[in-house]
Amino acid sequence: MILLNLKSINKIFNEATADEKIALDQINLELKAGDFVTVIGSNGAGKSTMMNMISGALTPDFGSIEIDGKDVTRLPEYKRSHFIGRVFQDPMAGTAPSMTIEENLALAFSRNKSRGLKIGVDKKRKDYFKTSLEMLHLNLENRLNAKVGMLSGGERQALSLLMATFTQPSILLLDEHTAALDPSRAELITKLTKQLVEKDQLTTLMVTHNMQQALDLGNRLIMMDKGQIILEVGEEEKKDLSIAKLMEEFQRIRGEKLTSDRALLSV
Amino acid sequence: MFTAIFGSVEQGIIYAIMALGVYLTFRVLDFPDLTVDGSFVTGAATAATMIVLGYHPAIATLVAIAAGFIAGCITGILHTKGKINPLLSGILMMIALYSINLRIMGLTADNSIGRPNIPLLNAETLFSKFYTWWGSLGIDEAINNFLKSIGVQFVPSTWGTIFLVAIIVIMIKFIVDWFLKTEIGLAIRATGDNKKMIRSFSANTDNLVIIGLGISNALVAFSGALIAQYAKFADIGMGIGMIVIGLASVIIGEAIFGTKTIVRTTIAVIAGAIIYRIVLALALRVDLLDTGDMKLITAAIVIIALILPQYFDKRREKSRKAKRHAERSVAIKKKIKQEANDLA
Repeated sequence: MILLNLKSINKIFNEATADEKIALDQINLELKAGDFVTVIGSNGAGKSTMMNMISGALTPDFGSIEIDGKDVTRLPEYKRSHFIGRVFQDPMAGTAPSMTIEENLALAFSRNKSRGLKIGVDKKRKDYFKTSLEMLHLNLENRLNAKVGMLSGGERQALSLLMATFTQPSILLLDEHTAALDPSRAELITKLTKQLVEKDQLTTLMVTHNMQQALDLGNRLIMMDKGQIILEVGEEEKKDLSIAKLMEEFQRIRGEKLTSDRALLSV
Repeated sequence: MFTAIFGSVEQGIIYAIMALGVYLTFRVLDFPDLTVDGSFVTGAATAATMIVLGYHPAIATLVAIAAGFIAGCITGILHTKGKINPLLSGILMMIALYSINLRIMGLTADNSIGRPNIPLLNAETLFSKFYTWWGSLGIDEAINNFLKSIGVQFVPSTWGTIFLVAIIVIMIKFIVDWFLKTEIGLAIRATGDNKKMIRSFSANTDNLVIIGLGISNALVAFSGALIAQYAKFADIGMGIGMIVIGLASVIIGEAIFGTKTIVRTTIAVIAGAIIYRIVLALALRVDLLDTGDMKLITAAIVIIALILPQYFDKRREKSRKAKRHAERSVAIKKKIKQEANDLA
């Protein structure tokens, strides 16, 4: 079953100015339910733009996006986030700093429900929040009333991850969510990611700068460059992929692309 | 002196409702809403007009609250749907309300469309209705006799006003506290805290901003309606500088009582509004100052309230650093001595 389907997505920034940039160029991507796809590529390859298209923060110039067979291309971000969970690169971005841990979790808990005049954190929910926080092994379950702004970057990112997966979204988008952390914290978050995604069999798209992470996690891998998907690695091939092979492949495709570009120019 | 301070406490409590509204926008939503100067008068004008036209003061007050709510919502729509800068949205609404308020009060005039003020001298107000009931209880005599018996010379003419407004403001405080803990309330707070985040949790931030501004201005208009009935007049100029007064109350309250939790902050804001009125009353008793200087005094109070905490923070940090430095130098000296001893 195809859960997420991107059909020839195009996006140009600063169109018709000197800064014109083709951010996405004919992107086609299909994710089956339960797929965990890692996305790699250099800066400006269009990885984050693609994530923003899926989440609805940006709309494509052309092309369409289907989730669960439904066209969501024009659906605003806040409506799409009913079934899309996100974790951002910046640990500050995914939580509300002046609110407490339990209040943040209550915000995440109401994601797929309509918000009303019910008290956000009642006794029953508090217990549920506690047991959920225990999974993180960061002792946050005993600090439910601490303001999130007081937590460290790693703790905040772990909380963001829990919040994003709290209501089992159809799609989980991770946008370099370990990039801003020190290595030991990044490792912890990577481990948690694996654990949380496996627990609910979440369909996940993860952008990363870290090649090793891209190889360790997920069942598929795509490589992007200059707004295009230049390499797709399926489940079987990915198992015996290495960084060296990946680099080689990258070089090969890039080289070919460059020569073909030159060929075009010379015509 | 006592009468002046007693009066400012009464007024302070009524203005506290307005300050809670300002707290909702400035602090909770992080939206500097200048609609307040207009919506305060809208509340006063609507209540006064309806009372003069013969409606029950309670109904007049409720309609005034609704009018404030609508005004706030329009500011919110200007900002979210019209993509107009928050400050400018508020200013536009404030200036538009000036004409609207004249029109509202004009409904009481036979020979003109607009009207700049309405006296309520002999009209029935919430307060006069309340006094008839309150007077029959005989509480005033009881309290005043008791105070006189223990030697207090100045007693107020009635305790009814302070009792009534205190009950109202306490109720509003509890409602605001409760509201900010509901699912919608949490989402409104998150909107002020981190818009990007709450959008990724399926909240329509546009609607939350509009609702938040509506509720805030409903409180402001409520305060205006009560002040009109308390002072027995509504005037087109009574809202000038209201936003600064609200802000002064919020800042003073927060600086003195802290902002650890919502429950505490709302108390702080109410106390701030009362303290502000008392300070103002005391300042006006200095012969050099005149009622015309009120806005200048307000500006001075806000400036002081903004600068003083910074100054204290800096001093606290300095002394903390000095202490730490002293401890470290002692430790280092000790270590050197120890090493010297070890060598010897």
